[in-house]
Amino acid sequence: METAIRIKDLNVFAGKTQILNDINVEIPKNEITVILGPSGCGKTTLLKCMNRLTDLYPELKVSGEILINDKNIFAPGADISKLRQSMGLLSQRPYPLPMTIYNNIAYALKLRGVRGRRKLHLLVMDYLKQANLYEEVRQRLREPASRLSIGQQQRLCLARGLAVNPDIILADEPTSALDPISSRFIDEKFQEIKPHFTIVVVTHVLRQARRIADNVIFMYMGEVVEQGPAKEFFENPREEKTKSYLEGMFN
Amino acid sequence: MYLLNRHQRHVVNYSWMLFSLLIIAFLPFMLFGGLYFKSFLLLKTHTLKDLVFSHSWHPSRGEFGFYPFIVGSVWVTLLAIFISTPICLLTAINVTQYAKKRFLRIMHPVIDILAGIPSVVYGVWGILVIVPFISRYLGPWFGVQTMGYSILAGAFVLSIMIIPFILNIMIEIFRAIPTELKEATLSLGTTKWQMVKHVLLRKALPGIIASVGFGLARAFGETMAVLMVVGNVIKVPHSVFDPGYTLPALIANNYGEVLSIPQYDSALMFAALILLAVSLFFNLLMHFFIARYNKY
Repeated sequence: METAIRIKDLNVFAGKTQILNDINVEIPKNEITVILGPSGCGKTTLLKCMNRLTDLYPELKVSGEILINDKNIFAPGADISKLRQSMGLLSQRPYPLPMTIYNNIAYALKLRGVRGRRKLHLLVMDYLKQANLYEEVRQRLREPASRLSIGQQQRLCLARGLAVNPDIILADEPTSALDPISSRFIDEKFQEIKPHFTIVVVTHVLRQARRIADNVIFMYMGEVVEQGPAKEFFENPREEKTKSYLEGMFN
Repeated sequence: MYLLNRHQRHVVNYSWMLFSLLIIAFLPFMLFGGLYFKSFLLLKTHTLKDLVFSHSWHPSRGEFGFYPFIVGSVWVTLLAIFISTPICLLTAINVTQYAKKRFLRIMHPVIDILAGIPSVVYGVWGILVIVPFISRYLGPWFGVQTMGYSILAGAFVLSIMIIPFILNIMIEIFRAIPTELKEATLSLGTTKWQMVKHVLLRKALPGIIASVGFGLARAFGETMAVLMVVGNVIKVPHSVFDPGYTLPALIANNYGEVLSIPQYDSALMFAALILLAVSLFFNLLMHFFIARYNKY
């Protein structure tokens, strides 16, 4: 089993508050890893460290290493744009770019270096189909993306995230704002594409974790309590905290 | 115990609210009606076309051509907007996207102080600094003989005056853009500048237009500071180094001494009417643009 992301001694402080405490985890390649834990345990921060979106929050002080392809992403001189491009991001609520539906995907493609009107068009259609959106929007490609429903917007964001041709997909509670059908689609899509991508999903929903996870990282109060293959984690948890969480004792 | 029962109190409070609302809603119409009524004396003897497009202004002969004033006002206003808009936009982007948070905390009081300075102070500053600067350096540099009291001086002073107003709105607009949108954009692999150029500016466009429109309306009506440096010569300016005259300055300079000529009085009311009409026009234009770009 290959490791896609290796996190070593990661600490994150916001002022004097420690948000992440000595995180050491390995995320296997081409599998779905679920980061599970109650609200406020630092799941999202951990995810944002991976593509250095933490840079946007000057109050956060990050130390430690995150190795992707054996390169530390916090090393000085690391190409952050390129790093982020190698990871698609799907956030809690969809944030379509202030452009047309078509351009939302075309923009991502152009950033990746795709040139030529015809080639762009074919690829945009392809990604819309992959996100199961093509049939719904093919008559309205030139409309602003904000006119789509939330579920459609999230699928558009998925298409856009795939369009940058990433190796890794980071998803932060990607279905929490969606209707059941769109949610199920996203979950199934992850299963379908995982042979080609390393997928990291943050969630606090146990059911979803059970449904999609190959591996689980369970976090509580900024620390990793337990990590391992999903089967083992759910059927035979080692830690007391994990057991009580699985039994719904806290949340 | 209350004097009135619950329902009666509701009626009283509600009618009071409705009354306040109606006053505010009708205020512009009342202003418009009042000004129109007062300028009626002038409109009776002159056609609208004559008033707006005639060059000759001789109240004693009954000639009222507003063209020089309208041109002066429009020049000064547009120039001021051209100077201040890029400055405000770049500053707003810098303090909200690039600079440290501490910087924004310092900027806010500075902007508020700038906004609070009385316009006559700006006028004095214009006379002491801008006017000599234009007559001694800027004019000769362009090979123009100028007194310094000019359209350009008015525009400079005015642009400084409206910067705090435009800047304040622009900063709020950029701050209101959700961080998640920035995260989504950056995660596609954009650089910070690409994010600003392709996404944030597009997202902020309706607000930017609105802030410029607001600045425009303010600038067009600004009286004192412009009056002090613009030269007050009733002539259509042919270059920015020529002196000019603006509509608000016309009213302010002459209102006290006109009562002997009834038509003159009426003419000044007509100037106010033009001012009102133009700001209304700017307002509508901005609403049109905002609606047009607000779909994203």
